[in-house]
Order: sequence, then structure tokens, then C-alpha cells
Amino acid sequence: MTELPAAHTSRLPQPGPLPNRLQLTDEGQLRHMLTIEGLNRTLLTEILDTAESFANMNEKAVKKVPLLRGKTIVNLFFEASTRTRTTFELAAKRLSADVLNINVSTSSAVKGESLLDTLRNLEAMNVDMFVVRHEESGTAHFIARHAAPGISVLNAGDGRHAHPTQALLDMFTIRRHKGDFTKLKVAIVGDILHSRVARSQIHALNILQTGEVRVVAPRSLLPADVEQLGVHVHHDLDSGLQDVDVVIMLRLQRERMEHAHLPSEHEYFQRFGLTARRLQLASPTCLVMHPGPANRGVEIESAVADGPHSVILEQVTYGISVRMAVMSMVMGAHQS
Amino acid sequence: MSVVIENVRILDPADGFDAVGDLCVQGEEILARGSTPEGFEPRRRIDGSGLWLFPGLVDLAARTREPGEEHKATIASEARAAARGGVTTLVMPPDTHPPVDSPAVIELITRRAREACGVRVYALGALTHGLEGQQLAEMAALMRAGAPGVSNGQRPLASLLILRRALEYASTFDLTTVLSAQDPALTGSGCVHEGPVSTRLGLSGIPEAAETAALGAILALVEQTGARVHVARLSTRRGAEMIAKARSDGLPISADVAAHQLFLTEVDVAEFNPDCHVIPPLRSQRDRDGLRAAVADGSIAAICSDHQPHEADSKLGPFADTLPGIAALETLLPLTLRLVEDGLLSLEQALSRITNGPAEVLGLEHGRLAPGSRADFVLFDPGALHDIRREHWLSAGHNTPFFDWTFGGEVRETWVAGRPTWSRPGEDDA
Repeated sequence: MTELPAAHTSRLPQPGPLPNRLQLTDEGQLRHMLTIEGLNRTLLTEILDTAESFANMNEKAVKKVPLLRGKTIVNLFFEASTRTRTTFELAAKRLSADVLNINVSTSSAVKGESLLDTLRNLEAMNVDMFVVRHEESGTAHFIARHAAPGISVLNAGDGRHAHPTQALLDMFTIRRHKGDFTKLKVAIVGDILHSRVARSQIHALNILQTGEVRVVAPRSLLPADVEQLGVHVHHDLDSGLQDVDVVIMLRLQRERMEHAHLPSEHEYFQRFGLTARRLQLASPTCLVMHPGPANRGVEIESAVADGPHSVILEQVTYGISVRMAVMSMVMGAHQS
Repeated sequence: MSVVIENVRILDPADGFDAVGDLCVQGEEILARGSTPEGFEPRRRIDGSGLWLFPGLVDLAARTREPGEEHKATIASEARAAARGGVTTLVMPPDTHPPVDSPAVIELITRRAREACGVRVYALGALTHGLEGQQLAEMAALMRAGAPGVSNGQRPLASLLILRRALEYASTFDLTTVLSAQDPALTGSGCVHEGPVSTRLGLSGIPEAAETAALGAILALVEQTGARVHVARLSTRRGAEMIAKARSDGLPISADVAAHQLFLTEVDVAEFNPDCHVIPPLRSQRDRDGLRAAVADGSIAAICSDHQPHEADSKLGPFADTLPGIAALETLLPLTLRLVEDGLLSLEQALSRITNGPAEVLGLEHGRLAPGSRADFVLFDPGALHDIRREHWLSAGHNTPFFDWTFGGEVRETWVAGRPTWSRPGEDDA
């Protein structure tokens, strides 16, 4: 049989859009902050440098600048959060913006109002920025895609997908202590499978050309094909900690036991808990980090969480500067 | 009415007929194929020069959303979309509201179809009461009311024992059982293929084993019972290989694949594109190529649309919260013919997978042009360009990732039972 006329060859499928198409302007400036994936080293460095200038200011007596005066920022949290919401709020206030906190357990979402309706109603109040946390992966992308053109969306955590400002404050903390990333070995330990923090950290570390990025976890807590994110996989904490310069511990949720990811907290701590003894395998100047809140005695021993290597509280402090940097940059992109 | 379509290239993959000649229609049936018999005096003559004529498509899986979800689509709206897409026979899965577990529902569907544009509409009967997976449905009654097979849709059965009994009972009446191969626990709340993309996007993945483990159980029970089973919507290379092996072992098993599985992969989910949210999910390139190979070697006998129209709101939300499915009746034929362009199939093979191939799965008499067959056919203009455009779309569901794709060739007319049910706008001679 003859084939279809060659002149009428169908159009080939187009590859899907890269993450940048949504979150960057045509000039490459940050319009939204949805994910670290796809950003380049120059932009990440610019964010960290901007955060550095705010960090210096945050240590002074007067901690306020008028950069976002007259702007309205909505913290739209569909999931509980203390640290992240508070530091976003403080960051916005130090930039002189007006802040509206919408706590969803008391909002109309429980009355059956759709996410998009909630968004449209807030837009009608002429807000400038949404800071969104939601339990479903892709929510920040969804909101960014449907928000009015002048509105910026900052992802404060979506499902297991991304938590970009957390990763940035972690990079900021590492850079303050270690400087150059290219010589560093970094281990991320724990529940990688369910962790948006880990995904964003892995992207950020690789973009900043970190010497070696490791993940350490039992196979039941690792996502499929995780090596393709650019990490070395370890199932043994001792080998994973060998000579690392930074160890990032992830929080283990109690419900992991119910869904057969793990037998018990006890066994998890035996195999994957960070103790002072194990930390001796790492570099003598190793930083211990945790995005919080830590389960002491489950993934980390108190002696380590409160010990000389720990920078866990610094991470919280720097969260404010990093979020100020991101907020000022996305508003700048809209104004230019 | 008697009609002759003259000088048209007639393609009938059921017996490999391919020649330029006349197709004669008497009443609702095909009288002759090739040349006009002595003494046939048609009331109407149509010039088919430059056109192709092939059997109307038989689609093994098209949801019309009626009864129960008429806010998404209706039998009338989707029958029109079908006719436009060259589909003259469509088979609805039983998962309507209420499900097709009583003859009354089949009668309702049949009545609504009769009031629609003429496209033939069948509904698979439920395998279990309420599709709840526990108690067998009254399959013999459903068969008598017109169900060409039985199925539990994508709903799970309570146990392999229920599946075994259901297969034994259905085969008592020589009914084909249509099963989807999805282990419910391994599928869980998954919404994309488990692999690099699910890891990157942080979405719950559905592992390949959700299909192959379920398929392994189905094959064991087919071997045990000898019942005829059709596996709906394969999505993995490994699953296709298992079907090929089972068929070569002589098991009475067949399988189909949704057309989109032959073109899209997990990568098309890109940045959470809800129009690529389908179950079973779009899988890896390797799976897609394996499915293509199985369509080419015939171990997958049918390509279906797996048409699932949705209202816009169903696709507005974070990815996992959107409802799965693609509105696909109007892209089944163009996508299938794309496989010819891609060099995967001959034109005859491609047409076979959407006409006599699916018809034979359920023992339907449609999908062929031999004299005496129902006069259900498509007049196709191979020289036209067909843009898939939102403004020309007929399905009530606009959920497709194929808008703005361009295809070679276009349906000019679709005939059912000796009458045109759809003509391309501007073709007023029909």
C-alpha cells in the first residue's frame, strides 16, 4: 500500500516547556520562585549575594528598608508551618510590605471553594505577591500559571516537589562557613522520597557545582532513579559520612512506619541516626544542618543537634535574609 | 437508498482488499465492492476520485459520560465527535453513574444513541454489581440487552477468587471479559509513571509492576479457566511482551492500547501539564517504543481512543488533584495514521488496528466492507491537511494535549448504515 503524501507530514510533538519558561522573564530575571531546577549559577549567586547584604542589615539596630513599601504580600498556607511562614512574614515586614496571613484551616477552602476561586478573590484585592505552601506537588506552578500578570508567586513548599527558599538559605549557610562549593562533599541523610527540601537542595548544590553530593537512605525512602538528579547513593551512613564537609539531616515523619517504609524508629536511629560518634567519620570541620523541626533521638542525637558542628539555628536566622532577597528580586523583575 | 461511490480507493483491511473502484450501497448494507454489478441503478452517484474509503472505526473505549455526568459530555455530543473522527462504532466502559449493571441502563444508552447522530453505541456490561468487585453482575441479562462483553472498568475486584469466578461465569455465555491490568495497592495514589519524572516533580509514581503483577495474575487465571480475556489499555513494554508470549502459548487473550500511549511519554507531563494526566500513566520512551513494536507485530490487536472528556474545572488544579483522561475521539484516526508516516505500520495494518481488529475482539460484525456488511465507512481525503483546533473541536471535553498538532489527511464524510452522519463543513453534496 502507498503511504500518505510526504508533503503532508504531521507536525512533530514539541518537547515540554523548561521550568524556566514560567519563572523567569524574557530577560532572565526572576519573576516567580517556583523551583531551583533550571536556574543558573549566576542567578543563584546573585540571590545569595543579595541575601548577604540583607544579612548585614538584619544584624543592625534598624532592620527595615522601604523596598516593598505599598506592596501587599499574601502568605497562603494550606499546610501547617511555623518557621517558614514566620520568616516569610518577617522578611516581608522588613521590606516594608503589608502582609496578609491566610490560614487555610479557617478559610473558605474547607467550605469547598476551589483553589482557583480563592486565588481570584485575593487577586481582586490587588495583592502583589503570593507565598504559597500546599500539600500537592505542582501547586505553586498551577497558581503561577493562572495568576494575573503582575503577581509573583513564591513557592514555600509544594508536596514532595520543591522548597526553593529553604534550599537557598541552606546554600547561604554553607557558603558563609565554607566559601567555595566546588571542593565540598555534602551528604543528605534520611527520607529523600518524601522530601521537597532534599530535591531543592540537590538541584541547588549541583548548580553551584558542589564537588560531591550524596544521599544516604534505605532503599524504601529513595525515589526511583534518584541518581539521575546527580547524586551518589549510599545505603550505609558510615560510608555516606566519610570525609563529608556538610551533613544535612532530614526529618522522619512518624507515618512512614504505617506505610511500611520502615520497621521502627528504633531501627532507623540505629542505622541512620546521626550520633556524635558517627560524626567523627566526617571532616573535623563538618557542618550539621537540619531544615527542622528535628526529631531528637530519631534522626539526630541531641548532643549533635546542639553541638559545636550544628548550624541549625543559623539556618533559621538566614532564612529571613534569603527570603528578603527573593522577594525584592521578583518585585524588581516585575517593575523593570 | 441506493448509492454508488465511484473511482474511490477502497481499503478493507479485514481481507486486504485495496483497489480503486466503486462501492455500492443498497439500503443499510454494502452491495458490492470494486465494480458495480449488472443492473444496479443507484439513486445517487458520488465521485470519489482521489479519496480513500475504509471501514468506519471501531473504538473499544470511549466514555460518553452519560448517564450520570452530563455536565462533562453526553451521548449526543460525543457521538458527533466520534462521527467527525471517523468512528462509527464506539464501546463505552461500564463505569457510568449508575454503572451498566442492569439492562435498564443499556436500554437508556441505546435510546439516547438512537436519538443522536447515528453512530453505533455499545456499552460493556458490568462484571460485578455496582462495579464494587464483590458480587457478580447479571451478565446473561446484560448480554441479552446488548452488551458485547463485560468489564469492571478500572475498578478493582475484591480478590483473585472473585476474578476467577467472574471469568468462569462470563465464559459460560461466551462473553469476552475486558480487564484493566492495574494492581490497586501498587497503583495507590499514583498519578504518573514511577521514574525520573515522578522523582523530579515529586509526584506519586505508579511502578511498572502495577501493570505486570496484575497481568501475571490475569494470565494465570486465563490459563486456569480457559476464559477469553481482553486486556484494556496496556502501558508498559514488559506488559506487551507478556501478552505476546501468552498469545504464542495459545491463550485466548488480546490487548489494546490507547493512541496517546504511542506518542507521548512521561516527559510530556513536563511542568505538571494536566492534559497529560492519564491512567494508566504515560510511561518511558522505552515503554512507548515497546508498545509501538507490539502494535506493529499484531500482539496488540487494537488501538483505542480511551476517550475521557472532562469539563474545564476537572483539569484546573494541582496535577494530582486533576482528573485523569484525554478527550480523544477526534484524534484516534489521525494519530493512528501518523504511525504509517512514522514507518511503523503499513496503511493496511494501521487501519486494521482501528477497524476489524477491535471488532474481532468483541465479536462485532462491524469494521469491514465485504458485500453484506453494514455500510459504515469513512470517505477520507488523503491530500488535505488537518489542524487540530480548539475552535473546530466537537467533543464537549477540551482536555487534549494535541491541540495545534497538524496531521496529513482528513475525514471528508462518515457514513453509518448507508447514510452520511457527518460531512466536513463545506461538503454540501453529502
